[in-house]
Amino acid sequence: MDDPLIIAGREFRSRLVTGTGGATNLSVLERALVASGTELTTVAMRRVDSAGRTGVLDLLRRLGIGVLPNTAGCRSAAEAVLTARLAREALETNWVKLEVVADEQTLLPDPVELLDAAEQLVDDGFVVLPYTNDDPVLALKLEDIGCATVMPLGSPIGTGLGIRNPHNIELIVSRASVPVVLDAGIGTASDAALAMELGCSAVLLATAVTRAEKPELMAAAMRAAVEGGRLARLAGRIPQRFWAQASSPAL
Amino acid sequence: MNARVNGVVRDLPDGATVAHVLELLNAPPSGVAVALDGEVVPRAAWSSTLVPSGGVVEVLTAVQGG
Repeated sequence: MDDPLIIAGREFRSRLVTGTGGATNLSVLERALVASGTELTTVAMRRVDSAGRTGVLDLLRRLGIGVLPNTAGCRSAAEAVLTARLAREALETNWVKLEVVADEQTLLPDPVELLDAAEQLVDDGFVVLPYTNDDPVLALKLEDIGCATVMPLGSPIGTGLGIRNPHNIELIVSRASVPVVLDAGIGTASDAALAMELGCSAVLLATAVTRAEKPELMAAAMRAAVEGGRLARLAGRIPQRFWAQASSPAL
Repeated sequence: MNARVNGVVRDLPDGATVAHVLELLNAPPSGVAVALDGEVVPRAAWSSTLVPSGGVVEVLTAVQGG
């Protein structure tokens, strides 16, 4: 079935966007990325150390996977805008996963700084994919100012708590005219499937795969879950009923 | 003269450019970007942009994350 994900005019066959953080080494990461079938993967921007390593970039290039720089670690709009501009210069892409978090304990998005940064980056010609709270009002505002997607969290980054407020995700999906990408909080395959069943266009995850006991196997599980959830969404699930309903004809 | 490069104060020759700083850091030829005093210095301007005394230089690259 031909059912591509389209973000800002770019087509993807995979609806799973992966991160690269948390993998113990590059060969583990490579096997997980290949098993996941992903076509777009996040990287972070950090100071060049004396070793001058760019291993992760070389790996993504070799695998033919698109690079999506993030602004992880930024706490203000100003910091995030500068980081995005540096990423554009270093990686020759105007795509950015915009993250502006409020504090280290929750890593929750700071909505005021996020909206400010998103507006500046859209004006500067970026394709902005914002990591946002599961707030239907904020999601709509991000879309209105020109973001290419909205990426609400299921639960805080790295917690594996799944989707804590499915109804909010449904509300966001019901009003969005850009792709909704469930970002953060995925713990296991059923969480990814649920995101897709709720109507999300894609899932972004890292920790659930990279810190799983067997990252390559979990990556394959996530790929199957995203595909299964998408098919179920398109198929249209049955309504839930209180009483039983026989599926065989009456005697 | 001194400049702060990736958080470390370094002694640079007078007339040092952004390109000199990259050489000093042994930075890879691609996949890096430079900010001088909070503004991006485009690649094309690396060899012509002087680092002022007391300047703050940040040299970034992509790492695993997110």
